[in-house]
Amino acid sequence: MQQYTLYILVENQAGVLSKISGLFSRRGYNIDSLAVGVTNDPKVSRITVVANGDEYVVEQIEKQLNKLIPVIKVKRLVEGEFVSRELCLIKVHSSAAKRFEIIKIAELMQAKVVDVANTTVTLEYCETVEKISTLLELLKPYGIREIVRTGTIAIEKGVSESSK
Amino acid sequence: MINGADIMVKCLEAEGVSVVFGYPGAAICPFYDSLYDSSIRHILVRQEQNAAHAANGYARASGKPGVCVATSGPGATNLITGIATAYTDSIPMVAITGQVRSDLLGRDVFQEADITGACEPFVKHSYLVSKTEDLPRVFKEAFHIASTGRPGPVLIDIPIDIQQNEIKEFVYPQTVDIIGYKPNTKGHQVQIKRAIELIKSSTRPVIVAGGGVLSSGSKLKLVEFAKKTGIPVVSTMMGIGVMPSDHELYLGMLGTHGKATANRALHEADLVIVCGARLGDRAVAAPDQMSSKSTIIHIDIDPAEIGKNVKTTIPIVGDMKNVVNKLLEEIGEYHISNAWGETLKRWKQELYRVPPTFDGFVEPRAFISKLSSMLPSKAILVADVGQNQIWCANNFKIKEGRFLTTGGMGTMGYSVPAAVGAKIARPTREVMAVCGDGSFQMNMNELGTIVQNNISVKIIIMRNTRLGMVRELQDKLYDHRHSATILDTKPDFLKIAEAYDIPCAMASSNEEAEKYAEQMLKTDGPFILVCNVYPDTPSI
Ligand SMILES: Cc1ncc(C[n+]2csc(CCOP(=O)(O)OP(=O)(O)O)c2C)c(N)n1
Ligand SMILES: [Mg+2]
Repeated sequence: MQQYTLYILVENQAGVLSKISGLFSRRGYNIDSLAVGVTNDPKVSRITVVANGDEYVVEQIEKQLNKLIPVIKVKRLVEGEFVSRELCLIKVHSSAAKRFEIIKIAELMQAKVVDVANTTVTLEYCETVEKISTLLELLKPYGIREIVRTGTIAIEKGVSESSK
Repeated sequence: MINGADIMVKCLEAEGVSVVFGYPGAAICPFYDSLYDSSIRHILVRQEQNAAHAANGYARASGKPGVCVATSGPGATNLITGIATAYTDSIPMVAITGQVRSDLLGRDVFQEADITGACEPFVKHSYLVSKTEDLPRVFKEAFHIASTGRPGPVLIDIPIDIQQNEIKEFVYPQTVDIIGYKPNTKGHQVQIKRAIELIKSSTRPVIVAGGGVLSSGSKLKLVEFAKKTGIPVVSTMMGIGVMPSDHELYLGMLGTHGKATANRALHEADLVIVCGARLGDRAVAAPDQMSSKSTIIHIDIDPAEIGKNVKTTIPIVGDMKNVVNKLLEEIGEYHISNAWGETLKRWKQELYRVPPTFDGFVEPRAFISKLSSMLPSKAILVADVGQNQIWCANNFKIKEGRFLTTGGMGTMGYSVPAAVGAKIARPTREVMAVCGDGSFQMNMNELGTIVQNNISVKIIIMRNTRLGMVRELQDKLYDHRHSATILDTKPDFLKIAEAYDIPCAMASSNEEAEKYAEQMLKTDGPFILVCNVYPDTPSI
């Protein structure tokens, strides 16, 4: 099993997302994350999927996605040739005594403090999945109240087919 | 000004549709009202599933997309099995459903069903139309998508207000432009060159022909290729008819229920050329075994089928017609060595055996074989599902006609409505439905459609008073415990036929069956022939 990142360009029409997510669940493919947003062409959306499976599964996913009529393009990104980020908001339990420690960790990891309340500190963090895991590990001992994540988005380095 | 319903009819006319199969209801009434003034023929079926099966049979016999229509809610959900059948068997179809008013969508009003959602896994594409203005484009795209690339069903769900709203004028688009849908039909030149090299270096090649050969209209070209090169042909169930059954290069259907020679040839082959077949589990039970022993060239219009079930050495994505034409051009004067052909000829003779008969019963395999010789060469035989299907698949001696059955979905009850569609598409051809007593009872309500429209299909019921194929499975795997597979000896099929004023006969020996078959073929109009079959008769 390997993890892979692919992006899907789709025509922006009703029901596209359910077609795509339905295909994954129906055929038993596992998704780790899925993120959608419109591209520079307002008629086209871009979906980033992080999923796992063996080579056979990945190839099938690409082919089956390509069969969907609103799908314009499917591309598997090559390790090392793309940049990926995920945005997350993390609400950590914090007594007045611990507040400073938590803010120190945030500074070290370059996370932003977006809210401070009596018993909580909320951080904003936009990073790779690995770094997000590190931050979460560091925050765990204080008690994580809530996490919201966008799912990974990814873009190829330099000039790529889709940026020409 | 023109309303949506009139536009729908005009779209169908613009697509050259001459017949639709359907069942009305409130949410599709505007369309039915417009249809009333149109020259398009409407066949009122007796249950919506059969509208889809009839459209399926029509599509397969005519080569054009079949059209079926239903109302919202239960009408639409009744279509699903028929849509799913067309999807699995790659049949071009446009299904039109009425829907509740668009401003009420999502409120669970009377007869609202999310049919585009429900059909998601079974359609090539679907539309829930939100503006009357969109109708012409949607219809144009739907027919294009259904009939190009790998054929399949497309669903158009149209809320009643969209059918009622008026717009200024009707303009049918001349072209379609769907950025995400551009099927590759050509076939890669380099891959074709590589395929030719492999063919020339193999000593025991076999062609596996599937439904794609028939739907692409490349049957004759493939036969030409086989003849020229001497490469033997086996077919999947969907591919039956790619070659006349008695052709010396044809070895029969492969698979669990196929011909031993066909399976043996595949097993011994060093090169398998798969043409328009997906090699499902019924065709090749252990695809890994096959790919470990032989080289595989896989030609298909759907790239997702290549490598899905069997590992491929040379994938060729393209329309079978283009690819086979190129193969013919490139192969030049080449013929395989005779040794392989001689071996196969010998196997074919060794393995022939005559099935035993039982007193008081029709031997179905011998009868189907005999019946074939009585039929005109272009006859269409529609087989249902079960043992009856296997008896037909292996014993119908096809010539220039068609063998229609649902090899992928295996939907019981397919044969009678599909035969209705096929007969309407090909009124001058002899069209025959062969079904089991179980499958006939699934859709026998279509006798109403047959009589009302005087559709001259001949129905043969193989009456073994069993759900024979499942019963056989229970004999093999479940210690003869016949759980829920014994059918009652009722109904009296002759009385049912009488109720519809359809001429009928019941045979209890092969002599009788032949005699009645002759009478059946002379009859103008429908006919039902019931054959009493010994319950323990095996499938092969
Ligand atoms: C709609 C549907 N339900 C159930 C089945 C499972 N099934 C496959 S063959 C068969 C028995 C068919 O019986 P019959 O039509 O009498 O044909 P026979 O095998 O006796 O020739 C059944 C129940 C099916 N294929 N389709
Ligand atoms: Mg039966």
